[in-house]
Amino acid sequence: MYRDWVLTALIAWPTVAAAGVLLAPPRWAKHLALAASLIEFGLSVPLWWMFAPEGGVQFTLDAPWIQSWGIHYTVGVDGISLFMVLLTTFLVPLSVLGSYSYITTRERGFYSLLLVLTSGMIGVFVSLDLFLFYVMWELMLIPMYFIIGVWGGERRLYAAIKFFIYTFFGSLLMLAAILVLVHVVAQRTGVYSFAYSTLIAHVGGLGPLAFWLFGAFFLAFAIKVPMFPFHTWLPDAHVEAPTAGSVLLAGVLLKMGTYGFLRFALPLFPAVALHPGVQRIVVLLALIGIIYGGLVAMVQPDFKKLIAYSSVAHLGFVTLGIWALTLQSVQGALMVMINHGISTGALFFLVGMLYERRHSRLIEAFGGIARVVPMLAAVLTVVSLSSIGLPITNGFVGEFLVLVGVFRTYPLAALIATTGVIIAAMYMLPALQRVIYNPLDKPANEKLPDLSPRELAVLVPLIACILWIGVYPQPILRRIEPASRQLIQTVRLNAAAFTAAR
Amino acid sequence: MSLDLSVPGDLLRALAPELVLAVAGMAVLLVAAWRHRTAGDTRTVGWLGLVGLAAAAAAAGWLWWNGARANGAPAMIAVDDFRVVVDWLVLGATAVTVVLSFEYLERERLLVPEYYVLLLFATLGMMLMAGGDDLMVVFLGLELMSVSVYVLAGINRRSPAAAEAALKYFLLGAFASGFLLYGIALVYGATASTNLTQIGIQVRTLGLANNPMLLIGLGLLLVGFGFKVAAVPFHMWAPDVYDGAPTPVTGYMATAVKAAAFAALYRVLTEAFAGVPAWHEIVSGLAVATMVAGNVIALAQRTVKRMLAYSSVAHAGYLLVAVAVGGEAGAGALLVYLVAYALTTLAAFGLLAASGRDGERDVRIDDLAGLGQRRPWLAFALAVCMLSLLGFPGTAGFIGKWYILVAAADAGRLFLATVLVLTSVVSAGYYLPVIMAMYMKPEPFEQAHAGVRLGRLGAVAVAVSVVGVLFFGVRPNRLLDLARTTGEGLHAVPAASAAAPASSASPAIGR
Repeated sequence: MYRDWVLTALIAWPTVAAAGVLLAPPRWAKHLALAASLIEFGLSVPLWWMFAPEGGVQFTLDAPWIQSWGIHYTVGVDGISLFMVLLTTFLVPLSVLGSYSYITTRERGFYSLLLVLTSGMIGVFVSLDLFLFYVMWELMLIPMYFIIGVWGGERRLYAAIKFFIYTFFGSLLMLAAILVLVHVVAQRTGVYSFAYSTLIAHVGGLGPLAFWLFGAFFLAFAIKVPMFPFHTWLPDAHVEAPTAGSVLLAGVLLKMGTYGFLRFALPLFPAVALHPGVQRIVVLLALIGIIYGGLVAMVQPDFKKLIAYSSVAHLGFVTLGIWALTLQSVQGALMVMINHGISTGALFFLVGMLYERRHSRLIEAFGGIARVVPMLAAVLTVVSLSSIGLPITNGFVGEFLVLVGVFRTYPLAALIATTGVIIAAMYMLPALQRVIYNPLDKPANEKLPDLSPRELAVLVPLIACILWIGVYPQPILRRIEPASRQLIQTVRLNAAAFTAAR
Repeated sequence: MSLDLSVPGDLLRALAPELVLAVAGMAVLLVAAWRHRTAGDTRTVGWLGLVGLAAAAAAAGWLWWNGARANGAPAMIAVDDFRVVVDWLVLGATAVTVVLSFEYLERERLLVPEYYVLLLFATLGMMLMAGGDDLMVVFLGLELMSVSVYVLAGINRRSPAAAEAALKYFLLGAFASGFLLYGIALVYGATASTNLTQIGIQVRTLGLANNPMLLIGLGLLLVGFGFKVAAVPFHMWAPDVYDGAPTPVTGYMATAVKAAAFAALYRVLTEAFAGVPAWHEIVSGLAVATMVAGNVIALAQRTVKRMLAYSSVAHAGYLLVAVAVGGEAGAGALLVYLVAYALTTLAAFGLLAASGRDGERDVRIDDLAGLGQRRPWLAFALAVCMLSLLGFPGTAGFIGKWYILVAAADAGRLFLATVLVLTSVVSAGYYLPVIMAMYMKPEPFEQAHAGVRLGRLGAVAVAVSVVGVLFFGVRPNRLLDLARTTGEGLHAVPAASAAAPASSASPAIGR
């Protein structure tokens, strides 16, 4: 029972609830949205126990949708998408709660868009039909566009349209690639189908066409990640978005890019992805992302922008881990994806809380506030350390695994990436010091209120996760491992088969 | 139901929709001649016109229901599902236009009941165009449509812009008709026939694929149709005419006129010129130019009406991709896209008519600022229209674009597909600012949108269109099945007659 409908319910429920929020009286909007997102989280929690690590794709549901084009509504999760779904359902209630005082205008619209966005995010992670995947991928663009454009900061219009155009460009290229891919496979099998399983079984040996298709997929995902030359939309979008927007953008939306690599770009086109030239370029871009993101973060006066650039660096680790294609590195990449969602989400919440108190995101506007707001300072310290990747925080587990795994494939890259960890300390610690430790020299900071119970309710679950994953990541790793192993096997085998055939 | 079109009774049956509409048009004209004084009279004529449209649609439905097919010698009129579907499309678009016009005409004090009569006659012309199996019928239908629309464009005699639009449209339209007629003459010279099926057979049996006279004739035909569908470089008239004409008429021109012209173009190319592959390349070139120029120029527009005018040029480019692909998939994609585009564009122009004050030519995109808070439903509808025009998933526009892309990819026309995709990205640059203005910019001053009024009937028409856009975006199955069977039907005809040219066609010429 539950197995059949849970994913569909996870997609449909937020949208239904969004309609309710839209029709309810404005002052109930946030409470209704919180209730709806908690129900969503509650629905998703049993997945954790019912998921069988060795069971492959589970909780599937397959129903015909547009039969004349071979389009089905197919959903399911495996070890890779399971945690993306859980991360989403976990972050959404916190985002709603974190917006309680930040969002003061047009609340109904905001919370219903947030819920629609949830539907889109879950949909992207569970789709096993490329048409459905594309529709979901695009659908979540609209709510985010509105969230940035309506409730954002001063340059929100610029940021919103930049975000939209960049992503739209990438996804339309992907659309064209999907069509061509389906067409080619249809010619071989005689069946017109967008099903992931069909495509992956018949996609080998495309020749030079595979290169272009891979390129289109890769570009769409690389923009979303964002990888180094395509990252310029990110700082704008992050800085202008309201807190909840930034949290979900960093926590979930960026992961869609790396999830796309894992789910589509690598398994569908293994021969191209593992081609030495392509590998070299991707690894180089990932390294540039790590180093450059870190260096740019170092000189940011704006705390939110600093975190945005740190995201570029963290996702560089993910890409590197994925492309190294060892068990540790892929597991590590998935861990970094989860951890980055938690730590960076928490950082954005904290910056939002600072902003609500001081109406400034500039690092230099603060200083010495540890004495005024000790709890906030303590939380900020823990979260910053986890973002750097200090042992016993979650950040360490992921990056360590990535580095260990990458060292076996690309020793030099691993060495360079390690400096990225040092750079992370070099931008995070001084910022931390300047915000909470230095002398308390600004009168405006003397009467800041400390964390309210509501804010604590947002941060405590995040801190709990940070420490739990940092100390005992085994339950997560155990669930990720079979899927990662299988992914690596598929990619390596297909790539080898192709090379041998050539 | 099998109809032998050389028998008068069967011919009348085959022409039932057109005859019904013609009779209704003339009856309504008589009513308009007697009663043309008050606003109530104009409204009565409009309602009667709607009844006529419904009756014609029912007649077309009767043909459909009975599965009417022509047999025997090729005749002047085609009897197939393609014709019925296009009839429904133009009749529906006309009905929406009529409904949107009720309040518009009263607000603009355009109490001319002949307006509705002209709409009916223009629609009759379109149906003949889409159903004509003979270049002469296509031409007559095209002229009937064009002459009616020339007048409609200039129906607001107090507006200099409307006069300019009408004159411009008339001059350039007449010019285009000349091209078309000359093309028909050359094609006749090469094949000794104006019948589409007959031309197709002649081209194949006589091996005329590289005949210069035929090719020049084909080129001239394409120029003529290119004018009517506003394909670049024959689009120069479109923005000014769309801009100057009354807004419901603009919506009508952008949807029904375009749909009929595309249907006729498609039928002519696939039935008569199936043996001349050159047109695929020519139409591809037109499509690329139209997509690129339409989208890029639309970016520079500041007023909503002009932006929509250029956007309709851009959409003509997407439709040309479907035409260039040809085949069953091309026909299906063309129909689905036409339906999606017509629904969206009619709603968009209806909404624009509502937000205009004393002539919506001046509504700049920025004037819509703050509409989202003041008139949430209206803004939502317009936002859906913009997303559908952009081709965003969840809307009919996406299904249409997807179908065209599928057809192009399957036919191996990857370049066209790529251009379509890239220009769609460009189009986000002018559709999104509308949404942005409505939702993300503050109202310029209090009461800025006090004049925005959408009457009850107009609201119903827009609501139906928008619901249609969303419905077909999520559940297009029926529409796709309809389009596919229609496309198959259209292509089955020439194949069947080509298989037996000696037995049936040759004696027909002698007779």
